Amino acid sequence: MAEPITALRTSPLAHLEERMRSATVTGARGVTLTEWPFVTMVNLRVDPASEAADRVEKALGAPLPRQCGDTAASGPHTVVWLGPDEWLVLSQAEETAVAAELREALGGDPGSVVDVSANRTTLELSGPAARQVLEKGCPLDLHPRVFGPGRAVSTTVGPIAVLLWQVDETPTYRLFPRSSFADHLARWLIDAMSEYRGPEVP
Amino acid sequence: MLLITCPWCGPRDETEYHYGGQAHVPHPETPADLTDEQWAEYVFYRDNPKGPFAERWMHSTGCRRWFNVLRDTVNYEVLAAYRLDEPRPELPQAGGNR
Repeated sequence: MAEPITALRTSPLAHLEERMRSATVTGARGVTLTEWPFVTMVNLRVDPASEAADRVEKALGAPLPRQCGDTAASGPHTVVWLGPDEWLVLSQAEETAVAAELREALGGDPGSVVDVSANRTTLELSGPAARQVLEKGCPLDLHPRVFGPGRAVSTTVGPIAVLLWQVDETPTYRLFPRSSFADHLARWLIDAMSEYRGPEVP
Repeated sequence: MLLITCPWCGPRDETEYHYGGQAHVPHPETPADLTDEQWAEYVFYRDNPKGPFAERWMHSTGCRRWFNVLRDTVNYEVLAAYRLDEPRPELPQAGGNR
């Protein structure tokens, strides 16, 4: 039933796939940029002190993170803190199934579960120079003493508002810009990556 | 650049926020009874103090929540940031004209 839609959809960065691949830098100052299109994203709003939140946590199999920057992973799902009563559930599972499961857990209680998979796309920036690339345009302190794997915050990269999630210590970052801003962000990152192809300027 | 501490997200650059004007401006209890002048007063007229000023800010690229900031309009120092359900904090050294 869902086939016709998924067959027709195109990712917001499909036209830049080749450009992103050719922007890859290898070596000690290596950095790569790839898109992970069509990740399931469900926006969840619920009072964290309510019973509905407990039911949602049971359905997800992970506690809802209560602090800015925290994430919780469970099976195919990763829950990212967006606000004091707002989360983004990223998932490998099928979007209608995740949304339906959470909606059932929420029941009739105050809150909302909205499938926002088409709202953002996912860019993965990885490699030894990835942090330096981001630091050109991100006002946050991304140094390992402050920011590390499993941290995710909403901020800006260049002029674009993104959700920035560090996945591992390579470092690998995943950036979630709104779909309509993804083109600009990808071009911005490709430009920022280009200097690492040459030798380091002292 | 101001460094504003969001009550939920911690210190972030000013560029992540949106300004919302003076804080603690109550909506009139009986709007229908107001004269045009009183209504204009409520909608348009704001204080312009020299010194600490309570104003609203929104963390637009972060948690998207409104909160209040106490800022000194002379030296732009951010004196306090507090949630909407918290009262305006008392300053240790009462300055300004409020």
